[in-house]
Parts: sequence; structure tokens; C-alpha cells
Amino acid sequence: MVVRAMLEAIVVVMAGVGLFFFLVGTVGVLRLPDFYSRTHAATKCDTLGAGSILAALAVLGLYQGAHVDSLKILVIAILILLASPTAGHALARAAYRTGLEPWRLPSAPKGEDDERDL
Amino acid sequence: MEDFVWGVAILLLVNAFLCIYRAYRGPTVVDRILAVNIIGTKTLVVLVLLAFVFRSSFYLDVAVVYGLLNFVVTLAASRFLETGRLKGDWD
Repeated sequence: MVVRAMLEAIVVVMAGVGLFFFLVGTVGVLRLPDFYSRTHAATKCDTLGAGSILAALAVLGLYQGAHVDSLKILVIAILILLASPTAGHALARAAYRTGLEPWRLPSAPKGEDDERDL
Repeated sequence: MEDFVWGVAILLLVNAFLCIYRAYRGPTVVDRILAVNIIGTKTLVVLVLLAFVFRSSFYLDVAVVYGLLNFVVTLAASRFLETGRLKGDWD
């Protein structure tokens, strides 16, 4: 009984952490000023949030005796951990190669970075 | 425990619907692709949660395929945006 309570507490905490990261990612996607900062928020928070929630569910499945399902959830988690940063990198590279200018403060002084050709 | 999982799933769906705004509004094409990508990730997690609630492992297979498709779609879209084609070299 104590084991079950502790395990449910662990699952709730991990899922809560995952939900928090998902929420932060959504706020970042909606609020940040340009594409590069939005990828920064979105891919990192999505990877962490999904990994955390899936790990919580894998622990829960392991406890309930569904070992194969738990393994499948782990495979999905590893897939997301590999795929999400790769997709974000490919997107940012495509944006950079097609000449999307990074956002800067309107009041910022022009630095040496502005001379670099995109 | 199942009520908690339902709550997590509903909150994730609310997050996904908020991201639709960026896919609709996004000033550039890459913004839209990014928004669709993260909506896909959230949907994948919701599918895994549904597999737990309904105690059916079919949803897990669907989730694997969904994740792979999401990845491939994003890569293909960004490659097409960068080079203008889907085959050949990258120059």
C-alpha cells in the first residue's frame, strides 16, 4: 500500500513537471518575437515535457504488470528524444538558409554581426 | 489515477489548441511548420495517455507511427523549403 502511494506520488510529480514544460513551451511559441526564439522554446520544452510524461507512464505500466507496453512507451520516448531536436535543427537550418533575419531590439546598436552574410 | 490521466490529457489538448493560433497566424512558413510539429508531439502524448486510460495497447502502436510520421513530415517540409525539391543534392 505504501509502495503504491509512493509510486503514484512519483507519477503525479513527473506528469506535473511534464505538463509545466508543455505549458511553458506553448507560452513561448505564442509570445516570443521571432522564429529562432520560438524554436528554442518549443523544441526544448516539448522534448522535456513529452519525455517526462512518457517516463511517468512507463513507470506506471511497469507497476501494473504491463511490461511490453512499458517497453513500447520507452521506445516512443527515445524516438521523441531523438526526433524532436533533429526536426528543430532542420527547421532552423532551413530558416537560416532561406535568409530569415534574426530579431533584435529596435533600439539595439548595430554590431559586427550585421556585416556577416547570411 | 485515471481521473488524473484524463486531466493531463485535457490540459495537453488545451495546449495544442492554443498552438493552432501560431499555425494560423505565423508570419513565416517555418513558424507554421514548427507549430504543426509541436501539435503532433502533444497529440502523441495524448495517444499514450489514452492507451493507459482505455487499457489498450493499440493506441501505443498508433503513437509510434504518429511520431515517425510527424518527424518525417517536418524533415521533408524543411528540406523542400530549403532546396525547393525533395530529391537530389542539397545545393
